[in-house]
Amino acid sequence: MSTREKVGWGIGGLLIIVYCLFPIAWIVSLSFKSSADISNGEFLPTTATSENYDTILTGDAAELFLPALRNSFGICLIATALACLLAMFAAYAIARLDFRGKKLILSTALAVAIFPVISIVTPLFNLWREIGLYDTWLGLILPYLSLTLPISIWTLSAFFREIPWEMEQAAQVDGATPWQAFRKVIVPLAAPGVFTTAIIAFFLAWNDFVYGISLTSTSASRPVPAALGLFTGASQFESPTGPIAAAAVIVTIPVVVLVLIFQRRIVAGLTNGAVKG
Amino acid sequence: MAAIEMSHIVKRYGDGFPAVNDVSLDIADGEFMILVGPSGCGKSTLLRMIVGLEDITSGDMVIGGTRVNDKAPRDRNLSMVFQNYALYPHLSVYENIAFPLRLAKVPDEEVRRKVEESANILELHEHLQRKPANLSGGQRQRVAMGRAIVRQADAFLFDEPLSNLDAKLRGQMRAEIARLQRRLGITTVYVTHDQTEAMTLGDRVCVLKKGIIQQVASPRELYEQPANLFVAGFIGSPPMNFLPASASGGKLDTPFGSIQLDETRASKVGDRDLVLVGVRPEMFEDASLVDEALLDKGARFTAQVDVTEWLGDSQYAYIPYESSPEAAAKLKELAQELDGDQLRTQAIVSIDSTSRIREGNEAEFWFDTRKIHVFDPQSGENLTRDVEAGAELTRQASEDRKAQVERARAKASA
Repeated sequence: MSTREKVGWGIGGLLIIVYCLFPIAWIVSLSFKSSADISNGEFLPTTATSENYDTILTGDAAELFLPALRNSFGICLIATALACLLAMFAAYAIARLDFRGKKLILSTALAVAIFPVISIVTPLFNLWREIGLYDTWLGLILPYLSLTLPISIWTLSAFFREIPWEMEQAAQVDGATPWQAFRKVIVPLAAPGVFTTAIIAFFLAWNDFVYGISLTSTSASRPVPAALGLFTGASQFESPTGPIAAAAVIVTIPVVVLVLIFQRRIVAGLTNGAVKG
Repeated sequence: MAAIEMSHIVKRYGDGFPAVNDVSLDIADGEFMILVGPSGCGKSTLLRMIVGLEDITSGDMVIGGTRVNDKAPRDRNLSMVFQNYALYPHLSVYENIAFPLRLAKVPDEEVRRKVEESANILELHEHLQRKPANLSGGQRQRVAMGRAIVRQADAFLFDEPLSNLDAKLRGQMRAEIARLQRRLGITTVYVTHDQTEAMTLGDRVCVLKKGIIQQVASPRELYEQPANLFVAGFIGSPPMNFLPASASGGKLDTPFGSIQLDETRASKVGDRDLVLVGVRPEMFEDASLVDEALLDKGARFTAQVDVTEWLGDSQYAYIPYESSPEAAAKLKELAQELDGDQLRTQAIVSIDSTSRIREGNEAEFWFDTRKIHVFDPQSGENLTRDVEAGAELTRQASEDRKAQVERARAKASA
């Protein structure tokens, strides 16, 4: 590559990075502005203040935000774990066994994944109220599974297909039961795939707003995205832009941390998903 | 250690195609049995039925006196080396070898002792802590063998273990496997499509074609007394030449002149319009280099040489000949069965490396007619097969093997 080309690529890359990260930078900047400073017409706060963070972590909004954070973590982690576990068994069966209705399961999973959430929220709302699941953790975990399971089944079955079948047969000849072969050989080999799947599933659940706002009413189970919508300003004439920005930053942190920690695995998982035999 | 007995084993797939058809084969305790044949002959399926990875449609599989048809692979106590080795990439070499022991819940101390023992035999010591991905092909192959020998299995099964190695390494590993088997004296079933491996490794070789056993015998018997055209064409490299001929009164009329058969053979062949005369390449010689005393033991002919290949220790010459369309069609069909392709009817002859015969020359050849075989092109049957002589060869081979195993054991215990 000539110097000219290098400079061209550099500038192009920089433009894309700025384009992608600018909104985030803005949110971060907003979160450090005091309420009087919000509309100062400048990118940077006049004086950086942590008052927004104080509001949501210890102040007025804390009783709205902190339980929501706890709910979000709890619900999303459980939904992810369940989705991964169930998807692992389903995907293993799809990849290894020849049974009737295999295509049906895969296409149903796809149909569920693309089904518009908004259209089932109202029936779910009524049903959940009738059977007492409204405003409970379980009441959110179940619909979240409908978001996370299909994608998990699809990605994991692709991973399992990549693992040579001989591995498992070798384990069986070596004296393993089918379950031992699965646990000691297949699961470790599929680990990168499971990580990738888990992270994608977690984000899907973590980002949900529609279920969160519709199927909850109190801090007993309200997740963060829904809680953000309920923030109020200091007075009715003031919009809570600052605290929302601060909460958005806090909510983004776990996502960023997760991606940084598992970066290499995700990349490996997304690009090949292959396990060399 | 155990004998493996198969009686009337059939494997039929969903579409009714019999991949293995009525195979009965007894493998003696401690014997090295080779299953060989062109691709699609059912040899791997048969092996996988022994180990339990493939269901048996009908027939009995008896290992060490117990019928194992319905037993899971883990209950059969066999160990297997796969074609792609199937090493566990997430485990170190040590843990790969220890895997069967770990499953059997063997105490750590004993695991270490046994793994080190196998590592010693296979010279894997410096690699024990490495991952399979960082090993060369030959090392991976040895790890796979280590995993097989680490526990006291009743039999070893090999599924084309050397086909992923380059030619030089293949030769070394072949010798290594032979030495290991002699040393351990464990019943071994070895699947290959390579006739060199079959000839060098096996105590006995089972030649399969389309799921049916063609002949089970020692390599020497297969070579000298093949039961039919298929076995004759499969065993030996370069392969046996089949010359179309007509037989009458003990005289064979071939494209390379006529051959007089001795009386016993003449009576077996009788009078036929078309037979195929099987002549091994090394039965030919440049007539000018043949000893006077030998000349009248064979037949002489002159022919135009198409191509010669000089290999240093030997030399091959290709001699094209004309044949009737009927014979040519039969030869083409046979070549296809053997996974090859015959473009023209030609004989491959092995001549002395000092011979001055060159491409395009008209030259005089001699061939030894004492060991030729005559085949019926329709049934493929070897009309001149001497069953007793063949059985004698196999009996000798089994005696040799016994002596070898005893010697190896004495050496190992000393």
